[in-house]
Amino acid sequence: MRKPASAIAVHTILGLYTLLALFPIVLVIMNSFKAKRAIFNTPLQPPMPWNFDPIGYTKVFGDGAVGLYYMNSIIVTVGTIVLTLLFGAMAAWALTEYKFRWNTVLALYLSIGIMVPIRLGSVSIIQIVADLNLINTLTALVLVYTAQNLPLAIFILSEFIAQIPKDLREAGRCDGLTEYHIFFYIVLPLLRPAMATVAVFTMIPVWNDLWFPLLLAPTGGKQTITLGVQQFLGQYITDWNAVLAALSTAIVPVLVLYVIFSRQLIRGLTSGAVK
Amino acid sequence: MAEVRIQKLKKSFGPVEVLKDIDLVVEDGSFVVLVGPSGCGKSTLLRSIAGLEPVSSGTMTIGGRQVNDLPPAKREIAMVFQSYALYPHMNVAANMGFGLRFAGTPRAEIDARVNEAARILQLEPLLKRKPRELSGGQRQRVAIGRAIVRKPQVFLFDEPLSNLDAALRINTRVEIAKLHKLLKATIVYVTHDQVEAMTLADKIVVMNSGRIEQQGKPLDLYYKPANLFVAGFIGSPAMNFLSGTVGDGCLDLGAAGKLALPSRSSVRSGDRLTLGVRPEHLRLGGSGGLVLNATVDLIERLGETGFAHLRLATGHVVIAEVRGEPSFRTGDNAIISLDPEQVHLFGADGNRLA
Repeated sequence: MRKPASAIAVHTILGLYTLLALFPIVLVIMNSFKAKRAIFNTPLQPPMPWNFDPIGYTKVFGDGAVGLYYMNSIIVTVGTIVLTLLFGAMAAWALTEYKFRWNTVLALYLSIGIMVPIRLGSVSIIQIVADLNLINTLTALVLVYTAQNLPLAIFILSEFIAQIPKDLREAGRCDGLTEYHIFFYIVLPLLRPAMATVAVFTMIPVWNDLWFPLLLAPTGGKQTITLGVQQFLGQYITDWNAVLAALSTAIVPVLVLYVIFSRQLIRGLTSGAVK
Repeated sequence: MAEVRIQKLKKSFGPVEVLKDIDLVVEDGSFVVLVGPSGCGKSTLLRSIAGLEPVSSGTMTIGGRQVNDLPPAKREIAMVFQSYALYPHMNVAANMGFGLRFAGTPRAEIDARVNEAARILQLEPLLKRKPRELSGGQRQRVAIGRAIVRKPQVFLFDEPLSNLDAALRINTRVEIAKLHKLLKATIVYVTHDQVEAMTLADKIVVMNSGRIEQQGKPLDLYYKPANLFVAGFIGSPAMNFLSGTVGDGCLDLGAAGKLALPSRSSVRSGDRLTLGVRPEHLRLGGSGGLVLNATVDLIERLGETGFAHLRLATGHVVIAEVRGEPSFRTGDNAIISLDPEQVHLFGADGNRLA
């Protein structure tokens, strides 16, 4: 048993940190329901009947483009997650399961991607994307984000694959399965918790990114929500109601995705396999 | 079912030879047990038959078909792993039918075979359970069921009972023996437990450091071990060994005494010999044959029988089986006698003499 005093100390620290982390989010959500004057005069006051004003939300949902931006963001995020998980798991499987000549070199090459920020290559990326005629497409974003997230995904998934008992794969081989069957029907189902972890790691930076949407898909109805919100931020006038409302609603899809994945983060999925 | 024939099989990991010139025939429908200490190569041999380990040279045929270069899937074998290796995300029925699903077997056929195997192994009430909801013994039965439904040419068992507790192990051992009779299956079975080997096998193959030391019927190995290794490995407690020099028709065991050599032996004076005698052939008290003086170190009582650990004048400890209530206690002096016809003689090279 832990001493109550240290338990209290730990909980106090964690509680304070939670407050600190949640404060800006709560502030955004609170103020998104308030009239413009109330936002500036009493920013810390929760929405009350006398200062309540849903004008931000009516503007955001009234603007047809915002729905489109949401869809763009969702497509890019989900597309990135799917490709990252599929190719990441396949590469991790190949690198851990099969011994071939350039195995170590290849693993090392891929892990460099974890250390070097992809944004350093922005200029070349723009050139490549332009050459491929993919400027102002969601495909460009999905491809770049997949490249950005693959190294870490491979790294994490390799560790998990190495933990899957060797006997299981060999049982599969004796059962007459091909290597593809073993991958899709034995390895992938057992990797679910690891893939959920990778999905969460992948999803949040992609959803929040402003850099690549600005460079690769700034116009033509292909803006993501983070970029789309910028239309409410003017050089002279900023529509704070709309900005706050858009930001508040932007939390929802990513929260839903997080809930979906976190349900997969169940431990002990392999229990009962061996011994 | 089919015959497995292995000729001149070699397997190396880098410079280390783990299998050296293995020649082995597993007759159609027979139960062959590979036994030996850890690291002797028995599991590697089994995995080579399964196709999970590539071999360096030699030939291997299953049912007359050379399988050296075939992947496990094409060899028509089924393997039961020590760790069971059940697919954790599938229920028992899916586990057993999994291989058939990819072989293109019709749904109805799969169900029929799974139900048949479940009936034989008494798994019917458990078909919808996941492996994690099963006990060790049940998981082992599912692993065996998964092998049965594939109707393989050869069953391969890799220490299948090692993870079970003692009572369940004996139970499952009997089940496997019955299953062999029922299915008339060709089985290759790896174990380090010589009791399993003795009780299950039609033929025991004793392996040591990558070589086959001896193969034959269990009792042949017991009564006529080909060399010191097999003599010491088969039988529990192990055979007692005493070394000595031959001198005018006797084996001189030094301080322990002299033994008149059996007439059948053809040895010359001055040869170094090792004499082996099983605990049940040593008598406490009595006379005739060789008589040795010893001190009782320890008595293990197992009920009706027991084992007396006896220290000879040379410092060697021999183990003798005692029946009933022993008339001596720890620290007493005892006289051991043995029948010269019951001893095994091994030459200086460790091989059996005549």
